[in-house]
Amino acid sequence: MNKETETRLKLYAVRMRKLILEGIYRAQSGHPGGSLSCTDILAYLYGEKMRVNPEKPEDPDRDHFVLSKGHCAPALYSALALRGFFAPDELDGLRSCGSMLQGHPCMSHIPGVDMSTGSLGQGIATAVGMAMAGKLDNKTYRVFSVLGDGELQEGEVWEASMAAAHYKLDNLTAFVDFNGLQIDGPNETVMGLGSIPDKFRAFGWHVIEIDGHSFPEIEAAVTEAEGVKGQPTMIIAHTHKGMGVSFMKDQAGWHGAAPNTEQYETAIAELNAVLSALEV
Amino acid sequence: MGKMATRESYGKALAEFGSDERIVVFDADLSKSTYTVTFKKVFPERHFNMGIAEGNMMSVAAGMATTGKICFASTFAIFAAERALEQVRNSIGYPHLNVKVCATHAGITVGEDGASHQCVEDLAIMRAIPGMTVVQPCDGASTRAAIKAAIDTYGPFYVRLGRLAVENVYGEYGDEIPFTIGKANLLRNGKDVTIIATGLMVQQSLAAAKILEAEGVTARVLDMHTIKPIDREAIVAASRETGAVVTAEEHNILGGLGGAVAEVLSEEAPCVLRRVGVRDLFGQSGKPQALIELYGLTPEDVAAAARSAVAAK
Ligand SMILES: Cc1ncc(C[n+]2csc(CCOP(=O)(O)OP(=O)(O)O)c2C)c(N)n1
Ligand SMILES: [Mg+2]
Repeated sequence: MNKETETRLKLYAVRMRKLILEGIYRAQSGHPGGSLSCTDILAYLYGEKMRVNPEKPEDPDRDHFVLSKGHCAPALYSALALRGFFAPDELDGLRSCGSMLQGHPCMSHIPGVDMSTGSLGQGIATAVGMAMAGKLDNKTYRVFSVLGDGELQEGEVWEASMAAAHYKLDNLTAFVDFNGLQIDGPNETVMGLGSIPDKFRAFGWHVIEIDGHSFPEIEAAVTEAEGVKGQPTMIIAHTHKGMGVSFMKDQAGWHGAAPNTEQYETAIAELNAVLSALEV
Repeated sequence: MGKMATRESYGKALAEFGSDERIVVFDADLSKSTYTVTFKKVFPERHFNMGIAEGNMMSVAAGMATTGKICFASTFAIFAAERALEQVRNSIGYPHLNVKVCATHAGITVGEDGASHQCVEDLAIMRAIPGMTVVQPCDGASTRAAIKAAIDTYGPFYVRLGRLAVENVYGEYGDEIPFTIGKANLLRNGKDVTIIATGLMVQQSLAAAKILEAEGVTARVLDMHTIKPIDREAIVAASRETGAVVTAEEHNILGGLGGAVAEVLSEEAPCVLRRVGVRDLFGQSGKPQALIELYGLTPEDVAAAARSAVAAK
Protein backbone atom coordinates (compact mmCIF):
# COMPACT_ATOMS: atom_id res chain seq x y z
CA MET A 1 0.00 0.00 0.00
CA ASN A 2 1.43 3.38 -0.95
CA LYS A 3 1.69 6.23 1.54
CA GLU A 4 -0.94 8.29 -0.24
CA THR A 5 -3.59 5.57 0.02
CA GLU A 6 -2.68 4.90 3.61
CA THR A 7 -3.05 8.58 4.51
CA ARG A 8 -6.37 8.76 2.69
CA LEU A 9 -7.66 5.73 4.62
CA LYS A 10 -6.42 7.14 7.90
CA LEU A 11 -8.39 10.28 7.16
CA TYR A 12 -11.45 8.20 6.29
CA ALA A 13 -11.10 6.35 9.58
CA VAL A 14 -10.66 9.40 11.78
CA ARG A 15 -13.71 11.02 10.13
CA MET A 16 -15.64 7.82 10.79
CA ARG A 17 -14.58 7.89 14.43
CA LYS A 18 -15.80 11.47 14.78
CA LEU A 19 -19.18 10.59 13.26
CA ILE A 20 -19.50 7.51 15.48
CA LEU A 21 -18.91 9.59 18.60
CA GLU A 22 -21.14 12.44 17.46
CA GLY A 23 -24.02 10.05 16.77
CA ILE A 24 -23.67 8.20 20.06
CA TYR A 25 -23.19 11.41 22.02
CA ARG A 26 -26.33 13.00 20.59
CA ALA A 27 -28.37 9.83 21.12
CA GLN A 28 -26.83 9.37 24.57
CA SER A 29 -27.01 5.71 23.69
CA GLY A 30 -25.04 3.21 21.62
CA HIS A 31 -21.87 1.13 21.47
CA PRO A 32 -18.67 3.14 21.05
CA GLY A 33 -16.15 0.46 22.11
CA GLY A 34 -16.75 -2.11 19.40
CA SER A 35 -17.57 0.53 16.77
CA LEU A 36 -14.16 2.09 17.23
CA SER A 37 -12.37 -1.28 17.17
CA CYS A 38 -13.71 -2.24 13.73
CA THR A 39 -13.46 1.25 12.23
CA ASP A 40 -10.20 0.65 10.37
CA ILE A 41 -11.47 -2.58 8.82
CA LEU A 42 -14.61 -0.82 7.59
CA ALA A 43 -12.61 2.20 6.43
CA TYR A 44 -10.51 -0.10 4.25
CA LEU A 45 -13.54 -1.99 2.90
CA TYR A 46 -15.68 1.06 2.11
CA GLY A 47 -12.89 3.55 1.53
CA GLU A 48 -10.84 1.37 -0.79
CA LYS A 49 -11.86 -2.17 -1.48
CA MET A 50 -15.51 -2.84 -2.05
CA ARG A 51 -17.14 -2.42 -5.43
CA VAL A 52 -20.31 -0.62 -4.37
CA ASN A 53 -22.19 2.25 -5.94
CA PRO A 54 -24.06 4.81 -3.83
CA GLU A 55 -26.15 5.64 -6.93
CA LYS A 56 -27.19 2.00 -7.20
CA PRO A 57 -27.07 0.55 -3.70
CA GLU A 58 -28.87 -2.64 -4.71
CA ASP A 59 -26.75 -3.41 -7.77
CA PRO A 60 -26.85 -7.23 -7.93
CA ASP A 61 -23.19 -7.33 -8.91
CA ARG A 62 -21.95 -5.27 -5.97
CA ASP A 63 -19.70 -6.63 -3.28
CA HIS A 64 -21.77 -7.49 -0.21
CA PHE A 65 -21.12 -6.70 3.43
CA VAL A 66 -22.73 -8.02 6.61
CA LEU A 67 -21.99 -6.46 9.97
CA SER A 68 -22.53 -9.59 12.01
CA LYS A 69 -21.74 -7.65 15.21
CA GLY A 70 -24.72 -5.43 14.48
CA HIS A 71 -24.46 -3.35 17.65
CA CYS A 72 -21.55 -1.55 15.95
CA ALA A 73 -23.97 0.01 13.46
CA PRO A 74 -22.47 3.51 13.91
CA ALA A 75 -19.24 2.23 12.32
CA LEU A 76 -21.16 0.92 9.31
CA TYR A 77 -23.31 4.05 9.05
CA SER A 78 -20.31 6.37 9.14
CA ALA A 79 -18.48 4.27 6.52
CA LEU A 80 -21.56 4.36 4.26
CA ALA A 81 -22.06 8.09 4.78
CA LEU A 82 -18.46 8.88 3.84
CA ARG A 83 -18.79 6.69 0.76
CA GLY A 84 -21.80 8.80 -0.27
CA PHE A 85 -24.76 6.54 0.48
CA PHE A 86 -26.37 9.28 2.57
CA ALA A 87 -25.43 12.59 4.18
CA PRO A 88 -23.09 12.34 7.18
CA ASP A 89 -25.48 14.51 9.20
CA GLU A 90 -27.98 11.65 9.15
CA LEU A 91 -25.90 10.40 12.07
CA ASP A 92 -27.31 13.30 14.11
CA GLY A 93 -30.56 11.33 14.31
CA LEU A 94 -28.93 8.03 15.22
CA ARG A 95 -31.22 5.90 17.41
CA SER A 96 -33.94 8.53 17.61
CA CYS A 97 -37.60 8.23 16.75
CA GLY A 98 -38.25 8.70 13.05
CA SER A 99 -34.60 8.49 11.95
CA MET A 100 -33.71 5.84 9.38
CA LEU A 101 -30.54 5.10 11.36
CA GLN A 102 -31.86 2.43 13.68
CA GLY A 103 -29.89 1.23 16.69
CA HIS A 104 -28.97 -1.88 14.72
CA PRO A 105 -28.53 -2.11 10.92
CA CYS A 106 -31.83 -2.27 9.08
CA MET A 107 -31.75 -3.19 5.39
CA SER A 108 -35.34 -2.10 4.74
CA HIS A 109 -34.66 1.56 5.48
CA ILE A 110 -30.99 2.31 5.04
CA PRO A 111 -29.34 2.55 1.61
CA GLY A 112 -26.18 0.47 1.44
CA VAL A 113 -27.06 -1.85 4.33
CA ASP A 114 -27.12 -5.35 2.83
CA MET A 115 -28.51 -7.20 5.84
CA SER A 116 -30.42 -6.42 9.03
CA THR A 117 -28.42 -7.61 12.02
CA GLY A 118 -28.26 -7.17 15.78
CA SER A 119 -28.83 -10.69 17.03
CA LEU A 120 -25.29 -12.01 17.33
CA GLY A 121 -24.33 -15.09 15.35
CA GLN A 122 -26.89 -14.71 12.60
CA GLY A 123 -25.08 -12.20 10.39
CA ILE A 124 -22.27 -14.54 9.39
CA ALA A 125 -24.84 -17.17 8.41
CA THR A 126 -26.59 -14.69 6.14
CA ALA A 127 -23.21 -13.82 4.61
CA VAL A 128 -22.80 -17.54 3.84
CA GLY A 129 -26.16 -17.42 2.06
CA MET A 130 -25.06 -14.43 -0.02
CA ALA A 131 -21.82 -16.18 -0.95
CA MET A 132 -23.68 -19.37 -1.90
CA ALA A 133 -25.98 -17.31 -4.14
CA GLY A 134 -22.91 -15.76 -5.76
CA LYS A 135 -21.64 -19.23 -6.62
CA LEU A 136 -25.05 -20.36 -7.86
CA ASP A 137 -25.41 -17.38 -10.18
CA ASN A 138 -21.76 -17.25 -11.28
CA LYS A 139 -21.36 -13.76 -9.88
CA THR A 140 -17.95 -12.24 -9.34
CA TYR A 141 -19.00 -10.29 -6.27
CA ARG A 142 -17.25 -10.94 -2.98
CA VAL A 143 -18.92 -11.12 0.41
CA PHE A 144 -17.35 -9.56 3.50
CA SER A 145 -18.43 -9.82 7.10
CA VAL A 146 -17.19 -8.65 10.49
CA LEU A 147 -17.80 -10.69 13.66
CA GLY A 148 -17.15 -9.88 17.30
CA ASP A 149 -14.96 -12.18 19.38
CA GLY A 150 -17.69 -12.55 22.01
CA GLU A 151 -20.05 -13.31 19.16
CA LEU A 152 -18.01 -16.44 18.43
CA GLN A 153 -19.63 -17.98 21.51
CA GLU A 154 -22.86 -18.37 19.56
CA GLY A 155 -23.16 -21.90 18.20
CA GLU A 156 -24.60 -20.55 14.96
CA VAL A 157 -21.23 -19.03 14.08
CA TRP A 158 -19.80 -22.55 13.95
CA GLU A 159 -22.74 -23.94 12.05
CA ALA A 160 -22.22 -21.17 9.48
CA SER A 161 -18.49 -21.80 9.43
CA MET A 162 -19.01 -25.47 8.73
CA ALA A 163 -21.35 -24.60 5.85
CA ALA A 164 -18.94 -22.03 4.41
CA ALA A 165 -16.15 -24.61 4.25
CA HIS A 166 -18.46 -27.36 3.03
CA TYR A 167 -19.62 -25.23 0.11
CA LYS A 168 -16.04 -24.04 -0.56
CA LEU A 169 -17.00 -20.37 -0.32
CA ASP A 170 -13.77 -18.77 -1.50
CA ASN A 171 -15.82 -15.65 -2.31
CA LEU A 172 -16.36 -15.10 1.42
CA THR A 173 -13.88 -13.14 3.53
CA ALA A 174 -14.75 -12.60 7.18
CA PHE A 175 -13.01 -10.76 9.99
CA VAL A 176 -13.01 -11.42 13.70
CA ASP A 177 -12.70 -8.08 15.48
CA PHE A 178 -10.50 -9.61 18.17
CA ASN A 179 -10.57 -6.92 20.85
CA GLY A 180 -10.62 -9.41 23.72
CA LEU A 181 -13.65 -7.86 25.43
CA GLN A 182 -17.39 -8.34 25.53
CA ILE A 183 -20.07 -6.90 27.85
CA ASP A 184 -19.40 -8.68 31.14
CA GLY A 185 -15.61 -8.39 30.76
CA PRO A 186 -12.74 -10.12 28.94
CA ASN A 187 -13.78 -13.04 26.71
CA GLU A 188 -11.53 -15.30 28.72
CA THR A 189 -13.38 -14.67 32.00
CA VAL A 190 -16.88 -14.75 30.52
CA MET A 191 -16.50 -17.85 28.32
CA GLY A 192 -13.03 -18.82 27.16
CA LEU A 193 -12.61 -19.03 23.41
CA GLY A 194 -9.39 -21.03 23.30
CA SER A 195 -7.40 -20.63 20.10
CA ILE A 196 -9.61 -18.81 17.62
CA PRO A 197 -7.23 -19.37 14.65
CA ASP A 198 -6.98 -23.10 15.41
CA LYS A 199 -10.74 -23.38 15.69
CA PHE A 200 -11.37 -21.80 12.28
CA ARG A 201 -8.58 -23.88 10.72
CA ALA A 202 -10.19 -27.00 12.12
CA PHE A 203 -13.46 -25.86 10.54
CA GLY A 204 -11.78 -25.71 7.14
CA TRP A 205 -11.08 -22.00 6.78
CA HIS A 206 -7.96 -20.30 5.51
CA VAL A 207 -6.82 -18.19 8.49
CA ILE A 208 -4.73 -15.02 8.54
CA GLU A 209 -3.78 -13.03 11.65
CA ILE A 210 -3.16 -9.30 11.41
CA ASP A 211 -3.04 -6.03 13.31
CA GLY A 212 -6.58 -4.81 12.67
CA HIS A 213 -5.52 -1.17 12.87
CA SER A 214 -2.85 -1.43 10.14
CA PHE A 215 -4.12 -0.61 6.66
CA PRO A 216 -1.21 -2.32 4.86
CA GLU A 217 -1.87 -5.49 6.87
CA ILE A 218 -5.63 -5.36 6.25
CA GLU A 219 -5.01 -4.91 2.53
CA ALA A 220 -2.44 -7.69 2.34
CA ALA A 221 -4.81 -10.11 4.10
CA VAL A 222 -7.80 -9.25 1.91
CA THR A 223 -5.63 -9.66 -1.19
CA GLU A 224 -4.31 -13.00 0.03
CA ALA A 225 -7.91 -14.14 0.65
CA GLU A 226 -8.81 -13.34 -2.94
CA GLY A 227 -6.13 -15.74 -4.11
CA VAL A 228 -7.34 -18.65 -1.97
CA LYS A 229 -9.30 -21.26 -3.91
CA GLY A 230 -11.93 -23.60 -2.49
CA GLN A 231 -11.92 -22.21 1.05
CA PRO A 232 -13.39 -19.21 2.89
CA THR A 233 -10.91 -16.94 4.66
CA MET A 234 -11.10 -15.73 8.26
CA ILE A 235 -8.94 -12.72 9.07
CA ILE A 236 -8.33 -12.60 12.80
CA ALA A 237 -7.81 -8.88 13.34
CA HIS A 238 -6.13 -8.03 16.64
CA THR A 239 -7.77 -4.78 17.69
CA HIS A 240 -8.39 -2.51 20.65
CA LYS A 241 -11.87 -1.73 21.85
CA GLY A 242 -12.36 2.05 21.88
CA MET A 243 -9.38 2.60 19.53
CA GLY A 244 -8.71 6.27 18.80
CA VAL A 245 -10.01 7.68 22.08
CA SER A 246 -7.45 7.34 24.84
CA PHE A 247 -9.83 6.90 27.76
CA MET A 248 -12.02 4.36 25.93
CA LYS A 249 -9.17 2.15 24.77
CA ASP A 250 -9.35 -1.44 26.06
CA GLN A 251 -12.11 -0.57 28.55
CA ALA A 252 -15.05 -3.02 28.72
CA GLY A 253 -17.08 -0.26 30.39
CA TRP A 254 -17.25 1.61 27.07
CA HIS A 255 -18.97 -1.28 25.33
CA GLY A 256 -22.41 0.27 25.50
CA ALA A 257 -22.08 3.63 27.21
CA ALA A 258 -22.42 7.12 25.73
CA PRO A 259 -19.91 9.85 26.63
CA ASN A 260 -21.04 12.88 28.61
CA THR A 261 -20.32 16.36 27.27
CA GLU A 262 -16.89 16.66 28.82
CA GLN A 263 -15.83 13.20 27.68
CA TYR A 264 -17.22 13.85 24.22
CA GLU A 265 -15.28 17.10 23.88
CA THR A 266 -12.07 15.44 25.04
CA ALA A 267 -12.55 12.62 22.54
CA ILE A 268 -13.30 14.97 19.64
CA ALA A 269 -10.27 17.11 20.53
CA GLU A 270 -8.07 14.02 20.36
CA LEU A 271 -9.51 13.04 17.00
CA ASN A 272 -9.22 16.59 15.65
CA ALA A 273 -5.55 16.59 16.56
CA VAL A 274 -5.05 13.40 14.53
CA LEU A 275 -7.08 14.87 11.70
CA SER A 276 -5.06 18.06 11.43
CA ALA A 277 -1.77 16.15 11.62
CA LEU A 278 -2.96 14.01 8.67
CA GLU A 279 -4.28 16.95 6.69
CA VAL A 280 -0.95 18.77 6.44
CA MET B 1 -43.97 7.04 44.83
CA GLY B 2 -40.72 5.22 44.23
CA LYS B 3 -39.55 3.97 40.89
CA MET B 4 -37.59 0.88 39.93
CA ALA B 5 -37.28 -1.29 36.85
CA THR B 6 -38.70 -4.78 37.30
CA ARG B 7 -35.34 -6.21 36.11
CA GLU B 8 -33.64 -4.48 39.03
CA SER B 9 -36.19 -5.85 41.49
CA TYR B 10 -35.59 -9.26 39.96
CA GLY B 11 -31.87 -9.08 40.82
CA LYS B 12 -32.73 -7.99 44.36
CA ALA B 13 -35.20 -10.83 44.76
CA LEU B 14 -32.65 -13.39 43.57
CA ALA B 15 -30.18 -12.10 46.13
CA GLU B 16 -32.84 -11.98 48.86
CA PHE B 17 -34.06 -15.55 48.33
CA GLY B 18 -30.73 -16.91 47.10
CA SER B 19 -29.72 -18.45 50.42
CA ASP B 20 -31.83 -21.43 49.30
CA GLU B 21 -28.96 -23.52 47.99
CA ARG B 22 -31.08 -25.17 45.33
CA ILE B 23 -31.11 -21.86 43.44
CA VAL B 24 -28.67 -21.54 40.53
CA VAL B 25 -28.57 -18.55 38.18
CA PHE B 26 -27.44 -18.47 34.55
CA ASP B 27 -26.73 -15.47 32.36
CA ALA B 28 -25.50 -14.89 28.80
CA ASP B 29 -23.08 -11.95 28.94
CA LEU B 30 -25.74 -9.50 30.10
CA SER B 31 -25.52 -9.84 33.87
CA LYS B 32 -25.40 -6.09 34.52
CA SER B 33 -28.40 -5.47 32.29
CA THR B 34 -30.48 -8.36 33.65
CA TYR B 35 -29.27 -7.59 37.20
CA THR B 36 -28.35 -11.22 37.89
CA VAL B 37 -25.07 -9.57 38.92
CA THR B 38 -26.86 -8.59 42.17
CA PHE B 39 -27.17 -12.30 42.96
CA LYS B 40 -23.63 -12.97 41.76
CA LYS B 41 -22.23 -10.50 44.29
CA VAL B 42 -23.72 -12.52 47.16
CA PHE B 43 -23.55 -16.07 45.76
CA PRO B 44 -20.78 -16.09 43.12
CA GLU B 45 -20.42 -19.88 43.26
CA ARG B 46 -24.01 -20.37 42.09
CA HIS B 47 -23.92 -17.83 39.23
CA PHE B 48 -22.80 -19.08 35.83
CA ASN B 49 -22.03 -16.84 32.88
CA MET B 50 -22.60 -19.00 29.81
CA GLY B 51 -21.30 -16.43 27.32
CA ILE B 52 -23.26 -15.22 24.30
CA ALA B 53 -24.92 -18.61 23.76
CA GLU B 54 -28.55 -18.45 24.85
CA GLY B 55 -29.72 -21.74 23.36
CA ASN B 56 -26.97 -23.61 25.16
CA MET B 57 -27.74 -21.73 28.38
CA MET B 58 -31.35 -22.98 28.35
CA SER B 59 -30.37 -26.60 27.77
CA VAL B 60 -27.63 -26.47 30.42
CA ALA B 61 -30.16 -25.03 32.89
CA ALA B 62 -32.54 -27.85 31.97
CA GLY B 63 -29.86 -30.44 32.62
CA MET B 64 -29.03 -28.94 35.97
CA ALA B 65 -32.71 -28.82 36.89
CA THR B 66 -32.96 -32.60 36.43
CA THR B 67 -30.74 -32.91 39.55
CA GLY B 68 -33.18 -30.99 41.75
CA LYS B 69 -31.86 -27.46 41.36
CA ILE B 70 -34.12 -24.46 40.87
CA CYS B 71 -32.59 -22.83 37.81
CA PHE B 72 -33.01 -19.21 36.78
CA ALA B 73 -31.85 -18.37 33.25
CA SER B 74 -31.76 -14.75 32.15
CA THR B 75 -31.10 -12.74 29.03
CA PHE B 76 -33.10 -10.21 27.00
CA ALA B 77 -36.63 -11.38 26.14
CA ILE B 78 -35.89 -11.48 22.42
CA PHE B 79 -33.07 -13.99 22.99
CA ALA B 80 -34.80 -15.98 25.76
CA ALA B 81 -38.17 -16.41 24.11
CA GLU B 82 -37.12 -16.44 20.48
CA ARG B 83 -33.43 -17.19 19.95
CA ALA B 84 -33.58 -20.04 22.45
CA LEU B 85 -37.23 -20.94 21.93
CA GLU B 86 -36.81 -24.47 20.75
CA GLN B 87 -34.49 -25.31 23.64
CA VAL B 88 -37.01 -23.78 26.05
CA ARG B 89 -39.79 -25.79 24.46
CA ASN B 90 -38.08 -29.16 24.11
CA SER B 91 -35.55 -29.23 26.96
CA ILE B 92 -37.49 -27.26 29.57
CA GLY B 93 -41.19 -27.30 28.60
CA TYR B 94 -41.62 -30.84 27.35
CA PRO B 95 -39.87 -32.54 30.32
CA HIS B 96 -41.59 -29.97 32.59
CA LEU B 97 -38.38 -29.01 34.37
CA ASN B 98 -37.90 -26.50 37.13
CA VAL B 99 -36.35 -23.72 35.07
CA LYS B 100 -37.44 -20.13 35.46
CA VAL B 101 -36.73 -18.23 32.26
CA CYS B 102 -36.54 -14.63 33.48
CA ALA B 103 -36.41 -12.39 30.47
CA THR B 104 -35.62 -8.70 30.76
CA HIS B 105 -35.88 -5.88 28.19
CA ALA B 106 -39.29 -7.01 26.96
CA GLY B 107 -41.42 -4.75 24.79
CA ILE B 108 -40.72 -1.53 22.94
CA THR B 109 -39.52 0.43 25.98
CA VAL B 110 -36.12 -1.16 25.35
CA GLY B 111 -35.89 2.12 23.43
CA GLU B 112 -32.84 3.08 21.39
CA ASP B 113 -31.63 -0.44 20.51
CA GLY B 114 -34.59 -0.70 18.16
CA ALA B 115 -36.70 -3.47 16.64
CA SER B 116 -34.05 -6.20 16.70
CA HIS B 117 -34.06 -6.04 20.49
CA GLN B 118 -37.72 -5.17 21.17
CA CYS B 119 -39.61 -8.35 21.87
CA VAL B 120 -43.37 -7.99 21.27
CA GLU B 121 -44.17 -11.65 20.63
CA ASP B 122 -42.97 -13.49 23.74
CA LEU B 123 -46.27 -13.71 25.63
CA ALA B 124 -47.94 -15.30 22.61
CA ILE B 125 -45.07 -17.74 22.10
CA MET B 126 -44.54 -18.76 25.70
CA ARG B 127 -48.26 -19.09 26.35
CA ALA B 128 -48.46 -21.71 23.62
CA ILE B 129 -46.01 -24.05 25.35
CA PRO B 130 -47.95 -26.66 27.35
CA GLY B 131 -47.35 -26.42 31.09
CA MET B 132 -45.49 -23.12 30.96
CA THR B 133 -46.53 -20.57 33.58
CA VAL B 134 -46.27 -17.04 32.16
CA VAL B 135 -45.98 -14.10 34.55
CA GLN B 136 -45.41 -10.38 34.08
CA PRO B 137 -45.16 -8.29 37.25
CA CYS B 138 -45.66 -4.54 37.03
CA ASP B 139 -43.47 -3.14 39.84
CA GLY B 140 -40.88 -3.95 42.47
CA ALA B 141 -43.13 -5.48 45.12
CA SER B 142 -44.95 -7.67 42.58
CA THR B 143 -41.67 -8.75 40.98
CA ARG B 144 -40.43 -9.89 44.36
CA ALA B 145 -43.70 -11.76 44.89
CA ALA B 146 -43.50 -13.33 41.43
CA ILE B 147 -39.95 -14.58 42.00
CA LYS B 148 -40.95 -15.96 45.40
CA ALA B 149 -43.89 -17.76 43.74
CA ALA B 150 -41.62 -19.09 41.00
CA ILE B 151 -39.29 -20.56 43.62
CA ASP B 152 -42.18 -22.09 45.57
CA THR B 153 -43.99 -23.51 42.53
CA TYR B 154 -42.42 -26.45 40.72
CA GLY B 155 -42.25 -26.27 36.92
CA PRO B 156 -41.22 -24.08 34.02
CA PHE B 157 -41.90 -20.35 34.27
CA TYR B 158 -41.50 -17.46 31.87
CA VAL B 159 -41.18 -14.20 33.78
CA ARG B 160 -41.36 -11.07 31.63
CA LEU B 161 -39.43 -8.08 32.94
CA GLY B 162 -38.79 -4.55 31.70
CA ARG B 163 -35.83 -2.27 31.18
CA LEU B 164 -37.52 0.97 32.14
CA ALA B 165 -37.88 2.26 35.71
CA VAL B 166 -41.59 2.16 36.55
CA GLU B 167 -43.64 3.62 39.37
CA ASN B 168 -44.63 1.47 42.31
CA VAL B 169 -48.18 0.20 42.18
CA TYR B 170 -48.26 -1.92 45.33
CA GLY B 171 -45.71 -0.14 47.52
CA GLU B 172 -41.98 -0.44 47.92
CA TYR B 173 -39.86 -3.44 46.98
CA GLY B 174 -40.02 -5.74 50.00
CA ASP B 175 -43.60 -4.96 50.94
CA GLU B 176 -45.68 -8.13 51.27
CA ILE B 177 -48.55 -7.98 48.79
CA PRO B 178 -51.37 -10.30 47.81
CA PHE B 179 -50.04 -12.33 44.89
CA THR B 180 -51.32 -15.70 43.76
CA ILE B 181 -50.28 -17.26 40.46
CA GLY B 182 -53.32 -17.33 38.20
CA LYS B 183 -55.31 -14.80 40.24
CA ALA B 184 -55.68 -11.26 38.91
CA ASN B 185 -55.36 -8.40 41.39
CA LEU B 186 -58.22 -5.94 41.55
CA LEU B 187 -56.61 -2.50 41.78
CA ARG B 188 -59.66 -0.31 41.35
CA ASN B 189 -63.32 -1.07 41.08
CA GLY B 190 -65.78 0.35 38.58
CA LYS B 191 -68.99 -0.51 36.82
CA ASP B 192 -68.79 0.81 33.27
CA VAL B 193 -65.80 -1.01 31.83
CA THR B 194 -62.94 -3.27 32.95
CA ILE B 195 -59.36 -2.58 31.94
CA ILE B 196 -57.26 -5.73 32.14
CA ALA B 197 -53.59 -4.80 32.07
CA THR B 198 -50.20 -6.41 32.46
CA GLY B 199 -46.67 -5.09 33.02
CA LEU B 200 -46.15 -1.37 32.73
CA MET B 201 -49.58 -1.01 31.14
CA VAL B 202 -50.96 -1.44 34.66
CA GLN B 203 -49.63 2.03 35.55
CA GLN B 204 -50.94 3.42 32.26
CA SER B 205 -54.36 1.88 32.92
CA LEU B 206 -54.61 3.28 36.44
CA ALA B 207 -53.90 6.71 34.96
CA ALA B 208 -56.49 6.04 32.25
CA ALA B 209 -59.07 5.19 34.92
CA LYS B 210 -58.50 8.62 36.47
CA ILE B 211 -59.02 10.32 33.10
CA LEU B 212 -62.25 8.35 32.65
CA GLU B 213 -63.47 9.09 36.14
CA ALA B 214 -63.32 12.82 35.41
CA GLU B 215 -65.67 12.09 32.50
CA GLY B 216 -68.08 10.12 34.68
CA VAL B 217 -66.98 6.69 33.48
CA THR B 218 -65.90 4.31 36.22
CA ALA B 219 -63.37 1.68 35.23
CA ARG B 220 -62.42 -1.51 37.03
CA VAL B 221 -58.68 -2.13 36.70
CA LEU B 222 -57.22 -5.62 36.97
CA ASP B 223 -53.50 -6.40 37.15
CA MET B 224 -53.33 -9.61 35.14
CA HIS B 225 -49.83 -10.49 36.29
CA THR B 226 -50.32 -14.12 35.29
CA ILE B 227 -50.97 -14.53 31.58
CA LYS B 228 -51.03 -18.29 31.94
CA PRO B 229 -52.92 -19.85 33.61
CA ILE B 230 -55.21 -16.89 32.97
CA ASP B 231 -57.77 -15.91 35.61
CA ARG B 232 -60.93 -16.98 33.75
CA GLU B 233 -63.16 -16.16 36.69
CA ALA B 234 -62.05 -12.54 36.84
CA ILE B 235 -62.52 -12.13 33.09
CA VAL B 236 -66.00 -13.62 33.11
CA ALA B 237 -66.96 -11.46 36.09
CA ALA B 238 -65.65 -8.39 34.28
CA SER B 239 -67.81 -9.17 31.29
CA ARG B 240 -70.94 -9.90 33.32
CA GLU B 241 -70.54 -7.00 35.73
CA THR B 242 -69.19 -4.21 33.53
CA GLY B 243 -70.23 -5.35 30.05
CA ALA B 244 -67.08 -4.06 28.31
CA VAL B 245 -63.43 -5.04 28.46
CA VAL B 246 -60.20 -3.36 27.38
CA THR B 247 -56.89 -5.22 27.43
CA ALA B 248 -53.60 -3.33 27.70
CA GLU B 249 -50.17 -4.84 27.09
CA GLU B 250 -46.76 -3.78 25.82
CA HIS B 251 -46.87 -6.60 23.30
CA ASN B 252 -48.40 -7.40 19.97
CA ILE B 253 -52.20 -7.37 20.27
CA LEU B 254 -52.07 -10.82 18.66
CA GLY B 255 -51.75 -13.81 20.92
CA GLY B 256 -50.74 -12.20 24.21
CA LEU B 257 -52.97 -10.83 26.96
CA GLY B 258 -55.50 -9.52 24.44
CA GLY B 259 -55.61 -12.90 22.75
CA ALA B 260 -55.94 -14.79 26.02
CA VAL B 261 -58.77 -12.56 27.25
CA ALA B 262 -60.56 -12.76 23.88
CA GLU B 263 -60.45 -16.56 24.06
CA VAL B 264 -62.08 -16.63 27.49
CA LEU B 265 -64.68 -14.00 26.62
CA SER B 266 -65.77 -15.63 23.40
CA GLU B 267 -66.05 -19.06 25.03
CA GLU B 268 -67.71 -18.04 28.26
CA ALA B 269 -69.10 -14.52 28.34
CA PRO B 270 -68.97 -12.52 25.11
CA CYS B 271 -68.91 -8.72 25.48
CA VAL B 272 -67.40 -5.70 23.76
CA LEU B 273 -63.60 -5.96 23.69
CA ARG B 274 -60.90 -3.45 22.72
CA ARG B 275 -57.23 -4.42 22.69
CA VAL B 276 -54.54 -1.83 23.41
CA GLY B 277 -51.04 -2.92 22.42
CA VAL B 278 -48.58 -2.91 19.55
CA ARG B 279 -50.73 -3.26 16.47
CA ASP B 280 -48.86 -6.04 14.69
CA LEU B 281 -45.80 -3.90 14.00
CA PHE B 282 -42.10 -4.15 14.70
CA GLY B 283 -40.70 -1.56 17.07
CA GLN B 284 -38.06 1.03 16.22
CA SER B 285 -35.33 3.10 17.84
CA GLY B 286 -36.29 6.03 20.02
CA LYS B 287 -36.64 7.18 23.60
CA PRO B 288 -39.00 4.89 25.52
CA GLN B 289 -41.55 7.65 26.16
CA ALA B 290 -41.56 8.68 22.48
CA LEU B 291 -42.21 5.06 21.52
CA ILE B 292 -45.00 4.70 24.06
CA GLU B 293 -46.67 7.63 22.33
CA LEU B 294 -45.94 6.45 18.80
CA TYR B 295 -47.25 2.94 19.43
CA GLY B 296 -50.40 4.07 21.23
CA LEU B 297 -49.64 2.91 24.76
CA THR B 298 -50.36 6.11 26.71
CA PRO B 299 -53.06 6.47 29.39
CA GLU B 300 -55.00 8.54 26.86
CA ASP B 301 -54.86 5.64 24.36
CA VAL B 302 -56.22 3.27 27.01
CA ALA B 303 -58.93 5.77 27.93
CA ALA B 304 -59.90 6.17 24.27
CA ALA B 305 -60.23 2.40 23.91
CA ALA B 306 -62.40 2.33 27.03
CA ARG B 307 -64.64 5.10 25.69
CA SER B 308 -65.01 3.22 22.44
CA ALA B 309 -65.88 0.01 24.30
CA VAL B 310 -68.44 1.73 26.50
CA ALA B 311 -70.04 3.40 23.47
CA ALA B 312 -70.35 0.04 21.71
CA LYS B 313 -72.11 -1.69 24.62
C1 LIG C 1 -27.89 -13.21 20.30
C2 LIG C 1 -27.47 -12.03 21.09
N1 LIG C 1 -27.26 -12.16 22.40
C3 LIG C 1 -26.92 -11.09 23.15
C4 LIG C 1 -26.79 -9.86 22.57
C5 LIG C 1 -26.48 -8.64 23.43
N2 LIG C 1 -25.12 -8.17 23.15
C6 LIG C 1 -24.88 -7.10 22.34
S1 LIG C 1 -23.26 -6.79 22.12
C7 LIG C 1 -22.82 -8.08 23.13
C8 LIG C 1 -21.38 -8.37 23.37
C9 LIG C 1 -20.65 -8.57 22.09
O1 LIG C 1 -19.29 -8.78 22.29
P1 LIG C 1 -18.33 -8.86 21.04
O2 LIG C 1 -18.90 -9.82 20.05
O3 LIG C 1 -16.97 -9.16 21.53
O4 LIG C 1 -18.46 -7.42 20.40
P2 LIG C 1 -17.45 -6.17 20.46
O5 LIG C 1 -16.46 -6.40 21.54
O6 LIG C 1 -16.79 -6.12 19.13
O7 LIG C 1 -18.32 -4.97 20.69
C10 LIG C 1 -23.96 -8.73 23.62
C11 LIG C 1 -23.94 -9.87 24.55
C12 LIG C 1 -27.04 -9.76 21.18
N3 LIG C 1 -26.97 -8.59 20.53
N4 LIG C 1 -27.35 -10.85 20.47
MG1 LIG D 1 -15.19 -8.11 21.61
